[in-house]
Amino acid sequence: MGSSSSSRNKIPNAQELMDQTGFSSAHLLRLYDRFECLDRDNRGYLRQDTVDFSSFVRILAHFRPTDRNRNKEGTQQELPNSRTRKLKFAFQLYDLDRDGKISREELLQVLRAMLGLQVTEEQLQSIAERAIQEADLDKDDAISFDEFKKSLEKVDIDTKMSIGFLK
Amino acid sequence: MLRCGYALFWLLGSVLLICVVSPVKGEAVVTHEGSHLKLSKSSHSNESQHGHSSNATGIPIISFKWHHVETSYLVAFWMIKEKKKYILPLANREVIEANHHVTSVIPESALLICFGFILGGMIWAADKVQTFTLTPTVFFLYLLPQVILDAGYHMPNKLFFTNLGGILVHAVIGTCWNAASLGLSLWGCQMGGAMGDLDIGLLQYLLFGSLMAAVDPVAVIAVFEQVHVNDVLFIMVFGESLLNDGVTVVLFNVFDAFVSLGGPKIDAAEIIKGIVSFFVVAFGGSLVGLGFGLLISLLTRCTKNIQIIEPGFIFVLGYLSYLTAEMLSLSAILSIVFCGMCCQKYVRANMDENSVQTVRYAMKAFANGSETIIFVFLGISAIDKVIWVWNTGFILLTLLFVLVYRFIGVFFLTWILNRFRLVPLEFVDQVIMSYGGLRGAVAYGLAVMLDENKIKEKNLMVCTTLIVVYFTVILQGITMKPLVMWLKVKRAAVTEVSLLEKLTNKMFNHTLVAIEDISGQIGHNYMRSKWKYFEENWMSWILMKPSARKKQDQLLDVFHQLNLKDAMEYVTEGERRGSLEFVRNENSIIDFKKKSESESFDINNANISNDHGVMSNTSRDPIPSVSLEMHEQTMKAVREAEAINAHHLLDQHLYKSRKQHRHRFSRSHFDINRDEKEVQEIFQRTMRNRLESFTSAKMGVKPPKTIVKHTQKEQQQKMPNGKSMDKAKTSYSGDEGSEGDSASGYDQSYMRATYRAGAGIENPAFMPDLDPMDLLQIPPWLAESELDSSMVALSHRAQVGLPRTPSNLRRLAPLRISTRSTDSFTLENIPDTQQMDSDQLPPPPPPRPPRDDGYV
Repeated sequence: MGSSSSSRNKIPNAQELMDQTGFSSAHLLRLYDRFECLDRDNRGYLRQDTVDFSSFVRILAHFRPTDRNRNKEGTQQELPNSRTRKLKFAFQLYDLDRDGKISREELLQVLRAMLGLQVTEEQLQSIAERAIQEADLDKDDAISFDEFKKSLEKVDIDTKMSIGFLK
Repeated sequence: MLRCGYALFWLLGSVLLICVVSPVKGEAVVTHEGSHLKLSKSSHSNESQHGHSSNATGIPIISFKWHHVETSYLVAFWMIKEKKKYILPLANREVIEANHHVTSVIPESALLICFGFILGGMIWAADKVQTFTLTPTVFFLYLLPQVILDAGYHMPNKLFFTNLGGILVHAVIGTCWNAASLGLSLWGCQMGGAMGDLDIGLLQYLLFGSLMAAVDPVAVIAVFEQVHVNDVLFIMVFGESLLNDGVTVVLFNVFDAFVSLGGPKIDAAEIIKGIVSFFVVAFGGSLVGLGFGLLISLLTRCTKNIQIIEPGFIFVLGYLSYLTAEMLSLSAILSIVFCGMCCQKYVRANMDENSVQTVRYAMKAFANGSETIIFVFLGISAIDKVIWVWNTGFILLTLLFVLVYRFIGVFFLTWILNRFRLVPLEFVDQVIMSYGGLRGAVAYGLAVMLDENKIKEKNLMVCTTLIVVYFTVILQGITMKPLVMWLKVKRAAVTEVSLLEKLTNKMFNHTLVAIEDISGQIGHNYMRSKWKYFEENWMSWILMKPSARKKQDQLLDVFHQLNLKDAMEYVTEGERRGSLEFVRNENSIIDFKKKSESESFDINNANISNDHGVMSNTSRDPIPSVSLEMHEQTMKAVREAEAINAHHLLDQHLYKSRKQHRHRFSRSHFDINRDEKEVQEIFQRTMRNRLESFTSAKMGVKPPKTIVKHTQKEQQQKMPNGKSMDKAKTSYSGDEGSEGDSASGYDQSYMRATYRAGAGIENPAFMPDLDPMDLLQIPPWLAESELDSSMVALSHRAQVGLPRTPSNLRRLAPLRISTRSTDSFTLENIPDTQQMDSDQLPPPPPPRPPRDDGYV
């Protein structure tokens, strides 16, 4: 692309973003185009000034498919698309108050959002209760990140939380 | 020693067979000499003589009509023999071990072929002519459809469609490559003189190649069912074997037509017609199948009143789809596969549990039976001197090329595919995929269908096909398992269902759709969610019964299944301790719905097949056909009548009692009598327990931990309306408080914690003596029912500060004990005990010991 260098200049901290997230520069450009597309008022922020481009990229980086040939250097852990980071992201989707634990109420909220129309409130309660019971190993009635990780160890997160074209 | 028993059994069977066959043989000899024996022989030629001779000697009192039943007899006999392998072992441990040992090394299909050899040999020896061969008609019309219908019905749809791209590539391009390369290479070799003098033209080679190219679904199932490879690998091979029928049919017909036409008449038009016919055959077949699948679904929606014959429809319509496609010269296998795949979801949702079970078992039985017969026939057909033509070069070269080209084809195609796949197929997986390209009965059937007049060397081709089939099924079958283990192929994961996993999966799906939307790409997940939307709103609406539609959620399924599992465990645990007390009261066991019992088994299997089904018979969870083994295990758990009773009772509590709670808010309307009795009985029992536990309380026997757990869980259940949510919250804090308390020291502090609850709201759910089942954690639903009645006293205690007029109580009851909605009911119901309580209760805040005494 002839205009690549000039476009890249438009993106602040492009190199830094690329290093941190593992996206290639072509990808970054594509994402920038999309960002601009979504950002209709050209404010540089999405969603009422909460998400700027670098956050946008960082979040999307979580969904890159994990690199199969894992090199065991320390840098791998920092990439957003490692398994742990993906799990952390998923964990944060539940843990709305960011206290590091998924409480019953938070779980209920997620459940309600997904199933609310089909089930009664009591059944939701039971399901949430049961889910916590299963995962909660230290019996503090909430699911910490480690417990969450443990209960999902059989799930193939790498596949489930990846979008192919973000490679 | 182990082998001895097994071998003995085989020997016995063979001896029996010989005894049966030899009178026939003897008779054959004798009748030739024209004797008057009444035994008839297997060939029809002497029938008239026989009839004549029997008439001449008078009325036979009993006659041995062998020829009458011969075919059916032998077929049934050797099927029983095969199944005896499974029945006998139940009686004899050694035979079990021997059986497992043998079938774990040698796949059943190989054994069956060998058995077919033996049988064929015997019949050959008896008759000097092979009376039993696998004719194409019998095979394609009577034996194959069941196996394929079974495959389609139990196909894991989600897995299949996720990998559909890869499967199609392998099925279409791979098969074409196999056919072309094989035909051309053989022809080249003939030109080069490696095969001696054969009268086969290029077109005939191509025809031969096309019938050899197809991977056979029956063989794949038979071999892979013992080797549990991971899901993706299995579905790739299996899906390919099913879908390549479309290509095979087209190729076979096209080349057959070309052979008839002869070389010179083939021009571009014909070739184009060939290509067009591929699309027509493949898509036409699929559409026919889909149509029949939809028809079945519609039918099951409307057959509420004829549940007994519901299962029959599935089989008949499935078979009809096969025949219709066959009639229209479309791909029959594709048709029946899609029929099965399309209807599975709706059939399972619409039909009664019993019918679903019936369909599943019957299908498995038919499929198994057909497979057995197919392989045995394959063995028998070999023992026929008429067809044997041996040409070393041809046969060996065919074998070599089949293997080599399979490997090349798979590796090349997978390399291309991996560039587009999210999860690439690994090297070892590819090796197994290539090695798993087994040829089977379909190839043989097609070979026999060749026209001898057009193809002079038909027998050679038939022989070669047989040899290739034996090689792949027996040799590759036996070595498959060691190869899988040696290469450390990823095996199928044994999954246990977990609510959190299911929930997170669901959440991931939603998240991915959102991300795809944000990044502006139409991806896999977007399509999937669109399809789901369409399917839920339109197709389910038309094809599913309204009642079934409401229950459609996987998360709920998992939950229900886990609940049932708990209930079962509770029952067995309770029985171990000697009794399930409430079961003793006969009055409370009413109205057992058989439904819930079979539901438990079905939920196990249905839910599991929801996840992913791999077709094999082991005790792995995700397999639909596991039913027999798992079914037995669960059956053992529920064998006693009391266990069943208790289970039904629990089931009632699980879902019914909630509704009953809601009714109770209406004070003018009572529930049906049996519940009253039940609650009363439970109440009395817990009263008794409380008496006992108060005495033991003084000695500080029981740990409070379990108790507190109950309360917390209890709190969960009792939030029927928004208003009570706040109450629940405060009682939560009450909980924490009480938990902290009782966790710390413990003596007679049962009551203490009760009054700790903040805001004057008693924690009515706190049941200190709620462990008639000792340390067993009481599942919430049970705890709740017990609390129903025992609440009577406590709730009253809770209102200790208020004027105790009945109207007051009633008014306050729902507010204060919002979680205990039973109050209004129980209050009305058991006024006398309340009075007793109120008299004896001292005002708050109460010190414990006096309270205890007062209570007692």
